[in-house]
Amino acid sequence: MKLLTRYMPLAVTLLACAFLLVPTLQSVLAGITANYFRGLSSGLTLKWVGEVWGLYADSILLSIWLALACLAVTLLIGVPAAYALARAPGRLSRVLEEFISLPLAIPGLALALALLQLYGAQQGFRAHWSFILVGHVLYTLPFMVRAVQAVLAAIDLKTLEEGAASLGAPPWRRFVDIVVPNALPGILAGSLTVVTLSIGEFNLTWMLHTPLLKTLPVGLADSYASMRLEIASAYTLVFFVMIVPLLMAMQWATARAQRILS
Amino acid sequence: MTARHFGTLCLLPLLIFSLAFLALPLVRLVLSSAAGEAGWGIYLQMLQKPRYLSALAQTLAVSAAVTVVALAVSTTAGLYLARNRFRGRAILLSILTLPLAFPGVVVGFMIILLGGRQGLVNQITPGHLVFAYSTFGLFLGYLYFSIPRVLLTVMAAAEKIDPALEEAARSLGAPPSRVLWDVLLPALRPAMVAAGAIAFATAMGAFGTAFTLATDIDVLPMVIYTEFTLSANFAMASALSIALGLVTWSVLLIARSLSGGAVASGG
Repeated sequence: MKLLTRYMPLAVTLLACAFLLVPTLQSVLAGITANYFRGLSSGLTLKWVGEVWGLYADSILLSIWLALACLAVTLLIGVPAAYALARAPGRLSRVLEEFISLPLAIPGLALALALLQLYGAQQGFRAHWSFILVGHVLYTLPFMVRAVQAVLAAIDLKTLEEGAASLGAPPWRRFVDIVVPNALPGILAGSLTVVTLSIGEFNLTWMLHTPLLKTLPVGLADSYASMRLEIASAYTLVFFVMIVPLLMAMQWATARAQRILS
Repeated sequence: MTARHFGTLCLLPLLIFSLAFLALPLVRLVLSSAAGEAGWGIYLQMLQKPRYLSALAQTLAVSAAVTVVALAVSTTAGLYLARNRFRGRAILLSILTLPLAFPGVVVGFMIILLGGRQGLVNQITPGHLVFAYSTFGLFLGYLYFSIPRVLLTVMAAAEKIDPALEEAARSLGAPPSRVLWDVLLPALRPAMVAAGAIAFATAMGAFGTAFTLATDIDVLPMVIYTEFTLSANFAMASALSIALGLVTWSVLLIARSLSGGAVASGG
């Protein structure tokens, strides 16, 4: 009994790790095995990765492009907004914050249906990549605003700004010279979160995409449904190679921003 | 330009964006739900048709089961990792948080690799066990993306527990099980409520995983998807999305008022 209570937590931890890790390793292996059904004895190959590039290069490039565009838009909208919200903390600011955070609480599918029904008839917009971009910005913007706002709320913004104002700096100069440099750890953490989430976004994108505009996760769904296991796995491997470093950088930047806060 | 004007100017892009792409689309969604033949009566229809009701019941059941199991697993693992330092701990922690960045479709594929026709379990068991496309497979998929989310929330709270509390309990003669039930779990309760709400809301709205695995299972997101794309029943799809959105949103809201912390689902 004592032995059980002592080793049970470790056993649960290890089992959970195995549950999460084993299929990940399987997909990595399947992606570089010549014939998954025959096993590793059939030899290792990069043939499948090459085929993925031939089949899905467009979707990979589109995802990178969308992630960068999404980053640019969330920076332009989110950083000034976080500043304004941090400077005027009140009920109105909280209501607005709550409102822009709705995309975190409502399933992406519902948001996508809402967007489709309002803008779906405008063919020029509907078939353009910026329609998918809108969905990505909707979903990632709250993360940028929160990350920047948390940092700004922790520093003595008022004193810094008053100092600059007394030296004659107009509001926009104070924003550029004081607010942005001080908010940098938050901006970095927010940016990495935005890029990571945008590259992996599926729920909204599946509804918003068109046959000519497939993102990486849309292509993944496509390959899971219609390609042999080795190609689906190789494509997943490509995705892992992109997303895992981003995830690690994001966790590092978030921990760093939090250290500065405390 | 005064500082006040500048503040408004800073907020303007956000206001325009969320008006055009969040507020107006949501209003349109509500209006679309009533634009069908039934009008606002569609919400009554939704509750009367067995297909929607059973989908709702099934979604609630799977999400509740996932929440309970994810809380049990992640609290056990989270407490263990927060209170022990050993070689390899950092690696275990990275493995457990790795799926945070996986989209739902990839999680679905992971379950196919475990329990699909060419899956691991089918290969090593003689009985040819294929479970990826069953309710159990869906449950495992939801569990896969819930474990990391719950773990992070619980661990953050576990690291803030004052070790003196535990020492006091132990010095008064409490056995480890009493320390767990009377000291640790009560201290973790707010975090567990928050994490449970995130897990539940994320599972309720999970589309990518269901899209990959639930070809034969009626969970709410899949029903909404088929109503919209195959049946072109826009009014019902809208009404069901609104119902689903209200459920996930209020679960998170209630959890936040109970736990007092910030809660956000991320999937």
